Amino acid sequence: MTRVSVQAADFDLGREIAILRGQDARIGAICSFVGTVRDRNDGQGVAELELEHYPGMTERAIEAMIDEAIRRFELYGARVVHRVGLLLPTDQIVLVAVTSSHRAASFQGCEFLMDYLKTQAPFWKKERTPGGGRWVDARTSDDVALRRWGIDSRNG
Amino acid sequence: MKVSVRYFASIRETLGQSAETVETSAATLANLRDELIARGGAYADALARGKAVRMACGQVMCDESAPLQEGAEVAFFPPVTGG
Repeated sequence: MTRVSVQAADFDLGREIAILRGQDARIGAICSFVGTVRDRNDGQGVAELELEHYPGMTERAIEAMIDEAIRRFELYGARVVHRVGLLLPTDQIVLVAVTSSHRAASFQGCEFLMDYLKTQAPFWKKERTPGGGRWVDARTSDDVALRRWGIDSRNG
Repeated sequence: MKVSVRYFASIRETLGQSAETVETSAATLANLRDELIARGGAYADALARGKAVRMACGQVMCDESAPLQEGAEVAFFPPVTGG
């Protein structure tokens, strides 16, 4: 089963979870996170968002993150979809979904993957605002979030 | 030796190119970065010391101390902002 997709196309949460679960009767918990495009950031209106990535490295980096999440939290499976290209407010950007026997592992595994992805997967956002185009700055709070899991983002 | 260098996001825009082959004798990524900065102009600006520049070698995030090898694929980019 494909674990990582980097694509321009939108995704369907229900369909992705159905594929991730399959007929696996060991699964007792599923957690998912969907990130969407806001129409404001840092006090300015955002008309559209352009997402750039590093083809090849992106998929590789996320695969490694999933391996780590499965090992840490004894997950049965994980699925990450990240969109690239031009996106508009309310569009879905990212999906992280994981499965496990019990809820604690799923909640943690999902958050871990999202925190990891935020600071280590090579994606960059450029916003179009009334003031022109601007690259989104990395947030220190994202590095702090990753540190909770004992991982240094090396963004310091 | 020759290495392949890729640039992304704001660094790509400042340099006006996304990739190039560089002839270098740099032993590490830090040395390569300094060589590029020494070209001046947009390079000195995009890769300036004190600026948050992240690096990858062989498509894996790495430190400036990472050694360079013939044919390596190296990348310079700003801190990532996906998700």
